[in-house]
Amino acid sequence: MTLLAVQGLNVSIRAVQILHEVTLEVAAGEVVAITGESGSGKSMTALAVMGLLPDRSMATGRVVLDGADLLALSEAQMCSIRGRDIGMVFQEPMTALNPVQTIGAQVAETIRIHEGIGKAQAWTRARDMLARVGLPEARFPLTRYPHELSGGQRQRVVIAMAIALRPKLLIADEPTTALDVTTQAHILDLLRDLASEFGMGLLMITHDLAVVAQMADRIVVMQKGRVAETGPTAQLFAAMKHPYTRALFAASAHRVNLPPAPAPVPLLQVRGVTRTYRQPRRSLFGPRAVVDAVADVSFTLHKGERLGLVGESGCGKSTLTRAILGLEDVQAGEITLNGAPVWSANRSNLAVRRQMQVVFQDPYGSFNPRHRVSRLITEPFHLLPHPPQGEVRDAAIARALTDVGLSPDDAHKYIHEFSGGQRQRIAIARALINDPDLIVFDEAVSALDVSVRAQVLDLLADLCRKRPLSYLFISHDLHVVHSVTDRVMVMQAGRIVEQGVTEEVFGNPQHAYTKTLLAAAPRLPEIGGISHVT
Amino acid sequence: MIRYTATRLISLCISLIVASLVIFTVVEVFPGDPAAYMLGVNAQPDTVAALRAELGLDMSRPARYLAWVSGMVQGDFGQSYTYRTPVSQMIMDRIWVSLPLALFALVLTVLIAFPAGIYAASRRGGAGDIGVMGATQLGVAIPNFWFAMILVLIFAIHLRWFSAGGFPGWDKGLWPGIKALILPAVALALPQAAILSRVMRSSLLDMLGEDFIRTARAKGLSRRQALWRHALRNAMIPVLTIIGLQFSFLLAGGIVIEQVFFLPGLGRLIFQAISARDLIVVESVVMLLVFLVIVVNFAVDIAYAAVDPRLRVRR
Repeated sequence: MTLLAVQGLNVSIRAVQILHEVTLEVAAGEVVAITGESGSGKSMTALAVMGLLPDRSMATGRVVLDGADLLALSEAQMCSIRGRDIGMVFQEPMTALNPVQTIGAQVAETIRIHEGIGKAQAWTRARDMLARVGLPEARFPLTRYPHELSGGQRQRVVIAMAIALRPKLLIADEPTTALDVTTQAHILDLLRDLASEFGMGLLMITHDLAVVAQMADRIVVMQKGRVAETGPTAQLFAAMKHPYTRALFAASAHRVNLPPAPAPVPLLQVRGVTRTYRQPRRSLFGPRAVVDAVADVSFTLHKGERLGLVGESGCGKSTLTRAILGLEDVQAGEITLNGAPVWSANRSNLAVRRQMQVVFQDPYGSFNPRHRVSRLITEPFHLLPHPPQGEVRDAAIARALTDVGLSPDDAHKYIHEFSGGQRQRIAIARALINDPDLIVFDEAVSALDVSVRAQVLDLLADLCRKRPLSYLFISHDLHVVHSVTDRVMVMQAGRIVEQGVTEEVFGNPQHAYTKTLLAAAPRLPEIGGISHVT
Repeated sequence: MIRYTATRLISLCISLIVASLVIFTVVEVFPGDPAAYMLGVNAQPDTVAALRAELGLDMSRPARYLAWVSGMVQGDFGQSYTYRTPVSQMIMDRIWVSLPLALFALVLTVLIAFPAGIYAASRRGGAGDIGVMGATQLGVAIPNFWFAMILVLIFAIHLRWFSAGGFPGWDKGLWPGIKALILPAVALALPQAAILSRVMRSSLLDMLGEDFIRTARAKGLSRRQALWRHALRNAMIPVLTIIGLQFSFLLAGGIVIEQVFFLPGLGRLIFQAISARDLIVVESVVMLLVFLVIVVNFAVDIAYAAVDPRLRVRR
């Protein structure tokens, strides 16, 4: 039986049409996934169903939940439906909860606002619901505040709030995108179990085709505000009638061909590095606890080698990166590039640092918006004793931009004129401009859509063929690391628990943690013609 | 929370000690000998020396500092050089004008700013918002003494509801005292209320754009409920900061308003003491103001932690 029917939904914001004739259905107990790239209208569709579109937007068409057209309801009527008949879970658990209210109060609020029952009764039910989502009161008292919980635990609280009144429909907008793979696996299990236990329809929005394949009964593929293709999961993956679906799948499964790495000559050597942080005192004059963010880490990156570093959030990846880049000192051990220490005499060794460049995750936040591209990508020149001037500088800019697939004319533009993928190309151009010996990619493709990500990965492989590029590729995305590295290291709780040739580590993991990580990562279904391995 | 309060208290004490040292040192380096100043240019050197001994000016600096501090702790601020009366008595007379005035003005500020800020934020971009923002723009731009003169013109001269200045003293009863403070308090409060409403509005609007407001709306809360239950408390941190600063300003910065309304407050006292080189009075009043400001900051710190549980663990 159809629970939710979206029929010919059009949404426009200030005269710009965002959604075009979107039609989809969700049955009770069914898991329907909307997938597509950013800007395809996935989230807008969900917000239209919730009646929470941004100000000054217009929705026409029909959104029928259990026989009632939601678009025809007043705001007051929608308030009584939200939370009671439709629950919603959001992408970012770190900010989705009110930081100054306890988790018990926030879950109980859903119940109290709709049923008008007393506080004690609402708290009892909140307690049961939190226990159901895996936060039993014995370990997670209701008086906890959100900041006392991890991301995965917070997402469980958000889920408890959304399902507290056993809504008929649960909408989950990228519910696991911000979480680690093992946490993601647990949350996805929980959502699927809840949907079948409560007989809820689950409308899930995700850009991750592997998650879709694993979770959904039916799939809706959206492109530029339109439904490109829809059908039962197995059927849709088998047929893939629409070219966009095929392109999306190919990009998700994309593998690049790296040229073979040259004979090993040590470039970056990390020996017994330990970085500890002192925690705040527990009592007024008590001792300060010491945490090993990075503990006794040793490895060597050879010239022309592509080395991967994987691990979950908090494992010490970022701390290690900062130490390698010479941004922070370490308590023990030594880091050398070409035999020279990155940190000497209590300060960062600039002569060594200029041989390293870094590409960060966020293509939007890592550029000064007031500078032109020419100035942005020549920033590493400041590190040189005699930075190139005039024509030499212009030639270097033109070459760097051409190398990353942009035009030399782009040098005069500002960064806001570029898309996320182009910005990441500019970040790579900036890293390449003074021919560094080592580039560190810190989650450099994590914020990109799959098709753009595939292009940037191709660019990396291409650059490797043109010049002896050595890089350290840090990512939580196992599939990507598998594709663009020769060797890989797995980091857990500040230690490197396994390292080896990428194919071997992924094909035959030795350490229990590596096995857990690989098992938790969602896989794309096997489909003839397109090769993919996670 | 107890540990947080304790650390704040310790920091309060350290601030007080540092402040007293700074004030003492600064007053010490002022040119001019108070004893010579009191006795006039024609005084005999031995008379000056005798007075110096009497005032304790011949002691070593550390000894004088200790005597000053230990005296203050016991409520003895010493003798005024010019008036020959205990400084504590002079301060006591005046603080019962300045402190009620500052508190009165602060209450008015909050009473005006909270509703105005919340109203404007809940009607963002609407006529109400534009109206409130226009009015606060004026309030920020116009100095308080100008407000004071307009108020005197309307309410004292034309309507004759209040007297144009002066303070009858609290011994004449509560109402005459309050009545004398109404116009000065309003004049002090209006510009502060304008600033605070703008802070309240922008802080609330920031919060209304947060993810947890969207979560609250998804639970079924109306816009209004989301604002009152979720945005308001989160918006309080910047507002509390400003309130703390404003109280300090109202306490020490009432000097212009005290002049306009002929109020015998601390501001006028310190002004007169500086003109008369009455260093002991200057020292004492400044120390007292510093003390009050530090206590207010302490109260604001405690209020932060009451509002935001994350601050109770962090330092």
